[in-house]
Amino acid sequence: MTTTRTRARNQTELLDLLRQMMLIRRFEEKSAEMYARGRIAGFLHLYIGQEAVGVGATAAVRADDYIVSHYRDHGQALARGLEPGAIMAELFGRTTGVSKGRGGSMHLFDVSRRFMGGYAIVGGHLPLACGLGLACKQLHTGNIVLCFFGDGAVNQGEFHESLNLAAIWRLPVVFLCENNLYGMGTNVRRVSAEPDIWKRACAYNIPAEQVDGMDVLAVRDLVRKAVDHARGDKGAYFIEAVTYRFRGHSMADPELYRTKEEVQKWRENDPIVRFRRLLEERGALDEKRFQQMESEIEQIVEDAAAFAEQSPHPDVSTLYEHVYKE
Amino acid sequence: MAEIALREALRQTLREELQSDERVIIMGEDIGAYGGSYGVTRGLQEEFGEERVRDTPISESAVVGCGIGAAMGGLRPVVELMTINFSFLAFDQIINNASKLFYMSGGQINVPLVIRMASGGGAQLSAQHSHDLAGWYAHVPGLKVVVPSTPYDARGLLKTALRDQNPVIFIEHTALYGLKGEVPEEEYSVPFGQAQVYRPGDDVTIIGYSGSVHQAARAAETLAERGVDAEVINLRTLRPLDIDAIIQSAKKTGRVIVVEDDWRFGGFAAEIAALIQEKAFDYLDAPVARVCGADVPMPYAKPLETAALPSEDEIVRVALAMV
Repeated sequence: MTTTRTRARNQTELLDLLRQMMLIRRFEEKSAEMYARGRIAGFLHLYIGQEAVGVGATAAVRADDYIVSHYRDHGQALARGLEPGAIMAELFGRTTGVSKGRGGSMHLFDVSRRFMGGYAIVGGHLPLACGLGLACKQLHTGNIVLCFFGDGAVNQGEFHESLNLAAIWRLPVVFLCENNLYGMGTNVRRVSAEPDIWKRACAYNIPAEQVDGMDVLAVRDLVRKAVDHARGDKGAYFIEAVTYRFRGHSMADPELYRTKEEVQKWRENDPIVRFRRLLEERGALDEKRFQQMESEIEQIVEDAAAFAEQSPHPDVSTLYEHVYKE
Repeated sequence: MAEIALREALRQTLREELQSDERVIIMGEDIGAYGGSYGVTRGLQEEFGEERVRDTPISESAVVGCGIGAAMGGLRPVVELMTINFSFLAFDQIINNASKLFYMSGGQINVPLVIRMASGGGAQLSAQHSHDLAGWYAHVPGLKVVVPSTPYDARGLLKTALRDQNPVIFIEHTALYGLKGEVPEEEYSVPFGQAQVYRPGDDVTIIGYSGSVHQAARAAETLAERGVDAEVINLRTLRPLDIDAIIQSAKKTGRVIVVEDDWRFGGFAAEIAALIQEKAFDYLDAPVARVCGADVPMPYAKPLETAALPSEDEIVRVALAMV
């Protein structure tokens, strides 16, 4: 009986991982469409291809743990449970957006879900993750910090300073590098003396591992291990998730730096297709259920876009709000 | 009232806050075992332990960023930077994160963080240890910039800084750490944005902050001997700025000199001059004058360093030319 129930619960969890990845994929496709239609401005960095990293990692932390992210942050925000409508409204620059239209795509915030923001200075948020970790440790909250960053961040000084600080103060931070192989248009091998990014953490005596970032369960399981380590007051943990973005760096990217063949090769390793196939093999999913999920997600994304469209623009009289807290 | 040095005044406030609020922590290079490069934190690590008074690696950016994150997570951190020049290593954290987080999160995340830093020349520490760049920080919305000039102000302004809900850049002039002054033993605070009429006068206004308040005051004594009655304004904070106090004095005397150690070109003195011409143009009997640091990197040799800093003689000369 217990086994049956556990199995059922596991199946629900697995289907939820798939559902989250599908939601991100469809949300991002919709964002691209809205960008093309002029509804979204500025930079728009899509998470398509990297869904397994954000979803797998977020599934491994508690709701009251902190998450800090980079500028390609829609995926982690959706996985964390931020309202799709409020995220889309932020991309539209509306008052109903998660950051009230002040942040935009690169700066999604929701403190009520401990989603402490997307940051657009490469590597600049790693010290913040250390500080949040210090607060957890010093206030004995039992929480940890999950910090996402890209391969571009690892050559920044703040990366090295932060790893050192996290190590000497044994801070409960899980550093999760989403290595999608390109810092904008520059292949990681061209600019990194040690392209195996996880090895860099060894210089700071932080346990480090590499994981297949296209495998949502592998990501989840390794992040769980890292979280247990951090929560057990054993200090920081470093994970390099090797992944790939199927779209350009941003919507402005002509993609001159990589071949169509390379992109095609990675698309054959699509994390959603892979996981769907696995669930089908396990008998947890059939065609009918998948189509049902697809149509539910379609509705959520359509509703999000409609919500954003109908939301008001910020009134210019509010320009000076939120500069200082009284 | 006891007469104590400015560094002790700062330490008193830090100790009170460490005692009364568990969330207060101090972080910085050599602030614990070493006692702080200017002795401000001496004894605090022994009293409060290594967790609350944390020695850090030489990693200004990560340490300031860690202070920001700690503030986001519910602590009340104070970060000490050895000099304002080192704060440029943390410029990204201060400008891109601390000052902007409240705004770009739509009012969700405020950063109650105090960043203390030593500043100012005069000790032959040359180009990379001697500048007073308070005006640079005052340029940034989202920051508050505090520039105490007396032990009384230092103690009271630091109290206000530690109760503020926003990032505060707290700038301490190296030449003033040993300056003694009367300070109440009981707790008190000095509010931000309220300048002090340091010396009242009718003929000319001399505006200063941090170290330059004392130069202005000494110049005023010399001017008094020459029959010129100078009013000295101590700004106390650059952001928020007490514009009313400046304008009121400018209207009264009709002549204003702004004194600062910072470079003249594009400096904070220019901002004050602009404000005065916008709000008190019709009351002026002379153009607003500036007595500032020379537009050079700070030299080492004593005669050159002295020449690069504003002097009392220059203030007197400029004042006499105005009246």
